[in-house]
Amino acid sequence: MSAQTTGPRAVVDIQDLTVTFSTDGGDVRAVRGVSLSVAPGEVLAVVGESGSGKTVTARSILGLLPSTATTEGAVLLSDRAIRDEVEGADDSGTPVVDVTRLRPSLLRKVRGRDAAMVFQEPSSVLNPVFPVGWQIAEGLRAHANVSRAEARERAIEALRQVGIPDPEHRVDHYPHQFSGGQKQRIVIAQALVLDPGLIIADEPTTALDVTVQAEILELLRRLPKELGTAVVLITHNMGVVADLADRVAVMYDGEIVEQADVQTLFRAPRHEYTKALLEAVPKIGARARVTEPARSVVDASAPAADAPAPVVEARGLRITYPGRLRQPAFVAVDGVDLSIAPGEVLGLVGESGSGKTTIGRAIAGLTPVSGGSLEVLGVEMNGVKERQFRPVRRRIGFVFQDPATSFNPLLTIAQCVAEPLVVHGVARDASAARPRVDELLEAVQLPRAFGDRFPHELSGGQRQRASLARALALDPELLIADEPTSALDVSVQARVLELFGRLQEELGFACLFVSHDLAVVDLLADRIAVLHRGVLVEEGTGDQVLADPQHAYTQRLLASLPVPDPVEQAGRRERWAALR
Amino acid sequence: MATALTPEPTAPAPVAVAVPERAAWWRRLPVVHQLRQSVGVQRTMLVLGLVLMAVFLLSAIFAPLLAPYGFSQLRDASGEAFGAQQPPSAEHLLGTTVGGYDVLSRVIWGSRTALMVVVIGLLLSVFLGIAFGLVSGYFGGWLDRVAVVVADAVYSFPSLLLAILAAIVISGGQASVWGGIMATAVSITVVFIPQYFRVVRAEVIRVKAEAFVESARVIGTPHRRIMTRHVLRNSTRTLPLIVTLNSSEAILTLAGLGFLGFGIEPTKGADWGYDLNKALSDIAAGIWWTSVWPGVAIVLTVLGITLVGESLNDLADPRLRRRRRAARLAGTVGSTTAVPGGVLAAGAQGADGIDGLEASEQDALDPLEDPVAEPRGVAGTGGDEGGSRS
Repeated sequence: MSAQTTGPRAVVDIQDLTVTFSTDGGDVRAVRGVSLSVAPGEVLAVVGESGSGKTVTARSILGLLPSTATTEGAVLLSDRAIRDEVEGADDSGTPVVDVTRLRPSLLRKVRGRDAAMVFQEPSSVLNPVFPVGWQIAEGLRAHANVSRAEARERAIEALRQVGIPDPEHRVDHYPHQFSGGQKQRIVIAQALVLDPGLIIADEPTTALDVTVQAEILELLRRLPKELGTAVVLITHNMGVVADLADRVAVMYDGEIVEQADVQTLFRAPRHEYTKALLEAVPKIGARARVTEPARSVVDASAPAADAPAPVVEARGLRITYPGRLRQPAFVAVDGVDLSIAPGEVLGLVGESGSGKTTIGRAIAGLTPVSGGSLEVLGVEMNGVKERQFRPVRRRIGFVFQDPATSFNPLLTIAQCVAEPLVVHGVARDASAARPRVDELLEAVQLPRAFGDRFPHELSGGQRQRASLARALALDPELLIADEPTSALDVSVQARVLELFGRLQEELGFACLFVSHDLAVVDLLADRIAVLHRGVLVEEGTGDQVLADPQHAYTQRLLASLPVPDPVEQAGRRERWAALR
Repeated sequence: MATALTPEPTAPAPVAVAVPERAAWWRRLPVVHQLRQSVGVQRTMLVLGLVLMAVFLLSAIFAPLLAPYGFSQLRDASGEAFGAQQPPSAEHLLGTTVGGYDVLSRVIWGSRTALMVVVIGLLLSVFLGIAFGLVSGYFGGWLDRVAVVVADAVYSFPSLLLAILAAIVISGGQASVWGGIMATAVSITVVFIPQYFRVVRAEVIRVKAEAFVESARVIGTPHRRIMTRHVLRNSTRTLPLIVTLNSSEAILTLAGLGFLGFGIEPTKGADWGYDLNKALSDIAAGIWWTSVWPGVAIVLTVLGITLVGESLNDLADPRLRRRRRAARLAGTVGSTTAVPGGVLAAGAQGADGIDGLEASEQDALDPLEDPVAEPRGVAGTGGDEGGSRS
């Protein structure tokens, strides 16, 4: 682990860092004995599942831990100015400062100037009531006495650096006047304006769409080359790692289990966890199409096999959200035609705002249909009354995106899963439904005893499996899954998807699988539909859409998706640049 | 069809499933739980408040035993009058008032009146406020708009003015015990309903948008069931706090009414505010005991209730709650992975673990997350929160 400190001195050198949090449940060691160093101009990716301590490690570089944290070890940051102010600075010509022992006033000087941070969610990082130029200049003013004109000049320069068009005008614009990707560029400009030696990017693209992500990654890739800035990239997306990183540190359970340069890590992972992590990343086209024969058997045994009526049929479906005062209504879905046959899995792919979730909600009767026709299990949803639709509801299951919020926190898992049974009169109360609940929990591979736990006592993956059990409680003919795995870690996601696919084969329900991740959809769906700004741009089988995309948007979407293989990704990057 | 769900007759789940230990029932009671949770200054505040509240409750409940005389008693057992404005003595530990009543007895009996006003006032306002807030927040629309306007209108009145109005309407200004108590309680109710209404309505609107309410809607749960089972129970978190803070305000309102002469006749009941009013002229004459003790009673009671309320508020908010510092080199090493048992426990086969399951039915759960390792996950979730939020 010490071999990487060769060459020029490290920008940051973390030595045997241990961070302990005091919580209500006792002390928790989030980071244990982590040693890392980053050379100038290097991109180090720290990967790991949530709770592995990667964010805590990165935050400790800037001393950004909450007051409940106790830190041990040293975080040596190469420092550019405060050498004479701090005692104990290294006299050997390399001014370094130990962040963990710094006074708050000195820590403030270090932040931004020696190392800066780029956060995950750009829209909540920028203050909505100040122009972006002001916010960029704020960092300058905090560290040096600069005149207003000079600060503005440098803010414009920073905006130009990150590729905001027309920076002279846009410097006075407010955050809401920029798109999500542009906002993240502005946040990066904010970090760059003080020319720090190190930028810490904490999941910088997680909140962004795939096509925007590719652009931000392009920008982040330029920084080390053009400015010599080192980047610590925290992410769980192995595709992003393959695209950007020079070196990778894999964290698991608060420790670094493996550290290697990016080629070596992807080609020959050594640690078991790294192998499992790489294994779990869904890849396009990786699906072994063994499910086809199984399904044809199901189809053959189904009655009226020649032309079964579709479970869902949309014709010219149009859904609008009412606008605010004097503004036109917002059209979320515009003239979409689609149908789902019994026992078929339709993957609905699109970026945020494409209307994919809205379609799922309309089918479940959560969002009213404003135009066209949407027939769900024989009921016309345009202008449907809740009373007419209620009998149909028991034939529809719904799996929500965030398993943490889709369970009533005050009910046990068994009570939550029993809820559909009780509501539809299958069981008198939760205890009467318990045998069936146990059966369902077993089907989603949760131990029966979990039924007596409360939702917060389960992990994310377990909750999502319980959510699946609830959706299947009434043996639905149609299941709507709205991004069921996007809140989960990659390794957990792989298992939930696997289980999902298996149950679907076994029970043969039709399914609308909504996701932003092409690779995930490819894993499960028989047919894929691509939505772009409320319009269905492409539809076909997985092979058709992914191997030979017709629409320009689908092509761009596919090219933007980083693959977890540095060599292949380099090639894809060029193709993406050509498409742009 | 039900049997189709269970893949095959799987072996019974391993018995060693460890359900996380739950504390004894009395440790999970509202106040006891917070008391155990608190540290340092917050704990001192909470304990002090609880002691003051206990004194208040005990003196209210056991007033007939504690008080040496009745609240309207003017003569002792031998028929001799107490005499007016007597200084503290062996017979009258806190002296007597201008009307010739025993101050100590009046103070103790007064706590009973105060308690009744608080209980009745809060019962009325809590139930009505919650009901209005729930219906108005859940259904929204014109009903909601009208209710909010009415609540705002009530807010804009000075509360004491409303209380006086209610006192006059209910009892014509001349109060019997129950007339006085009810008048005060109702006037408190009028003032407090908007508070509960607002708090519950805001919570209901927040909870209504949560995914678990939508998931209830998706399965076709009727409105009434959603409201009671899913929304209401998740909307009452902040109520204990408002209840404590409002009960101290209720006592102040009662005292204010009594002080202004809309309180309870001395022959009908003891009222701290009334006694304070009558003690006004004594102050100039250097007779301090008639005013100090009812005043102290009001201050301590309100202080006690407020301390409890504020402490509960701070403890309910993880950002305000103090915690013990983590010991350096803490002995217990918490696992922090969000995947209990971890991917390693599931084996390197990762996603294939489930397929392996099909092959080997005898240990159905093994390739998945190891259930025995589960409790670590619960501790780990806490660590995760501490780490990634902040």
